[in-house]
Amino acid sequence: MLHNRSIGELAAILDRREASSVELTRHFLARIEALNPALNAMISVTGAQALLEAAVADRRRGAGETGPLLGIPLIHKDIFCTDGVRTSCGSRMLDNFVAPYDATVVARLKAAGAVMLGKANMDEFAMGSSNETSFYGPVRNPWDLARVPGGSSGGSAAAVAARLAPFATATDTGGSIRQPAALTGVTGVKPTYGRVSRYGMIAFASSLDQAGIIARSAADAATVLQAMAGFDPRDSTSVDTPVPDYGSALGAPLKGLRIGLLKEFSDGLEPRNAALIAAALEVFRSLGAATLEASLPSLPLSVPTYYVVAPAECSSNLSRFDGVRFGYRCENPRDLLDLYKRSRGEGFGAEVKRRIMTGTYVLSAGYFDAYYLQAQKARQLITDEFRAAFGRVDLLLGPTTPTPAFAIGAKIDDPVTMYLNDIYTIGANLAGLPALSMPGGFIDELPMGVQLIGPHFAEGRLLNAAHQYQLATDWHDRVARGYC
Amino acid sequence: MSLTRQDVEKIAHLARLLISDQEMPVYVTSLSSIVEFVDQLAKADTGGVAPMAHPLAGQTQRLRADEVTAADSREKYQANAAAVQGGLYLVPRVIE
Repeated sequence: MLHNRSIGELAAILDRREASSVELTRHFLARIEALNPALNAMISVTGAQALLEAAVADRRRGAGETGPLLGIPLIHKDIFCTDGVRTSCGSRMLDNFVAPYDATVVARLKAAGAVMLGKANMDEFAMGSSNETSFYGPVRNPWDLARVPGGSSGGSAAAVAARLAPFATATDTGGSIRQPAALTGVTGVKPTYGRVSRYGMIAFASSLDQAGIIARSAADAATVLQAMAGFDPRDSTSVDTPVPDYGSALGAPLKGLRIGLLKEFSDGLEPRNAALIAAALEVFRSLGAATLEASLPSLPLSVPTYYVVAPAECSSNLSRFDGVRFGYRCENPRDLLDLYKRSRGEGFGAEVKRRIMTGTYVLSAGYFDAYYLQAQKARQLITDEFRAAFGRVDLLLGPTTPTPAFAIGAKIDDPVTMYLNDIYTIGANLAGLPALSMPGGFIDELPMGVQLIGPHFAEGRLLNAAHQYQLATDWHDRVARGYC
Repeated sequence: MSLTRQDVEKIAHLARLLISDQEMPVYVTSLSSIVEFVDQLAKADTGGVAPMAHPLAGQTQRLRADEVTAADSREKYQANAAAVQGGLYLVPRVIE
């Protein structure tokens, strides 16, 4: 079936004229129409535009062009500005916002010939770990519709897991690519900070946000990253470092690769999760890797550090949403203050308001030193310890999440309980490190992920290790019942 | 450290967020629990550590030549505005 093919297989099918991009696009649009209502993974479906883009891809191919993404359908997380198409960021605040330009990520994938099927549902302003904070309602996990897919890129992950598209773009600030990928049985990649442009990507926490990919394999993710990555002068935090050939690095043997297991990741790990991690380490040993112990003593500080830094940055970034120039405006504002307070009070959901206020508090006079400055110091400590660890190992391996997918509604009332879902993913964001999650097994018939973290700009090595793991295992080939 | 209702009212005002009377108690509780959670950071030994501004070492703010590179797209951008007149955004009276 077309929706079970890898990106490489689809490109070959298109090159051999066994199907056209228009036919491929129709196939996925039909799946979205049939299967999305139960999942709520999509905020906007751009069917007519998709068919036009597919026709363009077919014409380009007809003219002799080829390329790994030419004519391949995709879904964009609704955090990326898409010219002429609603870009809501999962919020009432931007429900009426039609982006007047394409994000760099969108433009690069469009130039490569990929076809946009629509915009994926997400936690509001990327704040959440369950996709329950979206203005458009929760996304459901294809493996169990009563459970969350994870967040904030829950729509992207659920869509790829349900085979509504071969891949989706996503973003990761504290784990928002890796955690939903783990909970839905797909592969999610967060690149090094600065590797992929943030231009046109609605900002949550500017020193943590990164654009990345959710796909069904490391090989597919490598193809997409190749098109997305690279210097962009329009993003002042974009790093001007050459992009290696990720595809050619996939096949390298792992003999001699040193993989570290963090003591702080294995302490207190639930036994079945620990067994899964041990099994993954065993696979890597069988592939020739050496496995060592590593330690990051400051790692337990990462969640409180993140929940000072990220809200602080979000309180600044979200101050642009004021009802004046675009976005939600309250009815009959009495005066300017009322315009601001009611537009923002009504336009933002509860979690967003909580984080804005947390950020405002930790940046306010009298508290800045104790909280924000202290958190930025803790962040430096954590980053220094990661650097020291990478002096002894090439990659770190560990769990992605503490548990499999939880029930919708189970954690939404207690913010701190929800925040602790990010315990394994946050460190990589604080240190700007590349990391990925790949399917590593099941607990209670629900997918679980295995996480790999690398030093800065080690995406090639990460994808190589994950690809070799996926050649030796088949967790990533499992599909939820009803979505085969 | 627990926050009082007054604390939250002050923060909400700084953040230009209207929180209704009914919603206030829930925010006081949840913000207090978040602040109590991040209070753990106070115990961290960060003596001698410089606060991090950027995750990658050695990054500086890139500058470009002071030349016009953008075209005038005001009409396109203002299509998303609630109220526009003569190319200006309309808001409730500011100056009395």
